[in-house]
Amino acid sequence: MTVSKMVLELAIAFEQTILIFLLTLIGSLPLGLVVYFCKKSKVAPIRWITELYISIMRGTPLMLQLMVVYFGPSLLLHISVPSNWRFMATIVAFVINYAAYFAEIYRGGIESIPQGQYEAAQVLGYSKLQTFFKVILPQMIKRVIPPTTNEVITLVKDTSLASTLGVVEMFTKAKQIAVAPKSPGMLTFLAAAIFYYIFNFIVSAFMKWIEKKLNYYR
Amino acid sequence: MNVLKMEHISKSFGDNHVLKDISLTVDKGEVVSVIGPSGSGKSTLLRCATFLETLDGGTLSYLGENAAWMEDGKIKYAKNLKPFYKDFGLVFQSFNLFPHRTVLKNIIDAPVSVQKRDKKEVTAEAMELLRKMGLEDKADFYPYQLSGGQQQRVSIVRALAMKPEILFFDEPTSALDPELTGEVLKVIKQLAEEKMTMVIITHEMGFARAVSDRVIFMDGGVIVEQGDPEEVFGNTQSERMKSFLQNYNKD
Repeated sequence: MTVSKMVLELAIAFEQTILIFLLTLIGSLPLGLVVYFCKKSKVAPIRWITELYISIMRGTPLMLQLMVVYFGPSLLLHISVPSNWRFMATIVAFVINYAAYFAEIYRGGIESIPQGQYEAAQVLGYSKLQTFFKVILPQMIKRVIPPTTNEVITLVKDTSLASTLGVVEMFTKAKQIAVAPKSPGMLTFLAAAIFYYIFNFIVSAFMKWIEKKLNYYR
Repeated sequence: MNVLKMEHISKSFGDNHVLKDISLTVDKGEVVSVIGPSGSGKSTLLRCATFLETLDGGTLSYLGENAAWMEDGKIKYAKNLKPFYKDFGLVFQSFNLFPHRTVLKNIIDAPVSVQKRDKKEVTAEAMELLRKMGLEDKADFYPYQLSGGQQQRVSIVRALAMKPEILFFDEPTSALDPELTGEVLKVIKQLAEEKMTMVIITHEMGFARAVSDRVIFMDGGVIVEQGDPEEVFGNTQSERMKSFLQNYNKD
């Protein structure tokens, strides 16, 4: 296999990497907010379950979580899984894992907003919902951009864990190519590394741009 | 007519009795200053009046409508407090403007989205109020671009834009440099001349004396002395207020 063919194959598989990345963010960024609200729920059992969920997500390897989500339904619950379950299980595992981290990031952001903001909103007659969406959320977003950037960069690299379940994203492809006869060998991994690096470079630049956009106030 | 009526108000934080059986009635157009040492319960009184703290006991009413009262020995709040929020405004010591919004948006958002008033009309009124405060060129600024005195004047405009019947001030100049204090006090004085009903917690004794119809001296969760400012300052009765004023004049 020529080097250019190898790069092309990686590029094609990279589409899956980007898909996992985007679907995870689309799912976990809002879900993190829901998790945060559950953690702050007035109903104690909801709080306990949420605490437990967050501590499991943060306390065990993502690779193991992928396995559990993938094999769990059929082995534990004897449910027949759809044909594209490999991919779906990957997304589900990534989303619930990252949502737990985002919930904690949001918590930090929301709790750093001074009490006076809530009080000013209350005295002006804003409802709880209005207070959250008009006063708290916009300020929270600005505050959580730096830690969120960290997570998003980690996610780019974590997509390679999908290969655990045999999802053919770029890293799986790289492994397949590298061990094949007459392949560019180690050069394949170097190419994969460059792909990740460039993607993260773009992701960081984008996050920096958002940070700058939100710098119109202090 | 009474705009605000608080009767036999009590409030504790744990074992700390911050307010002990306080009664305060404010008539329309009246300017009341509340003075006293820190920890005397002044701020808590305003926070109870504005629903930022929940009363332990007593009666609280605006314009004759009960917001909180005693029932079977327990405090009971009106089911829907929302209508009461249009009766009062509160100006905080630390301004509490919304930093992510321009001055104008800070002012007009609540009248538009809470009171459902016409945006054009509210904007015109807001601009008029800003003009009155000499801040018309700051409408598109963000709070961080303003001095403390300007921020506090904006927060006064924000409260006024809700057209409250009574305006509360919780140490409005305590977070300001002495040179910025004057511009805020001037605005409050102007409001007093326009017969705005106000309750002002302040440490500015000269100001309280000049602007108020009535001065209240609080200490240890009770009203120790109150009355006409000339009387209260010129002919202080209680020892506690005498020593408070003496300590004050020392610095």
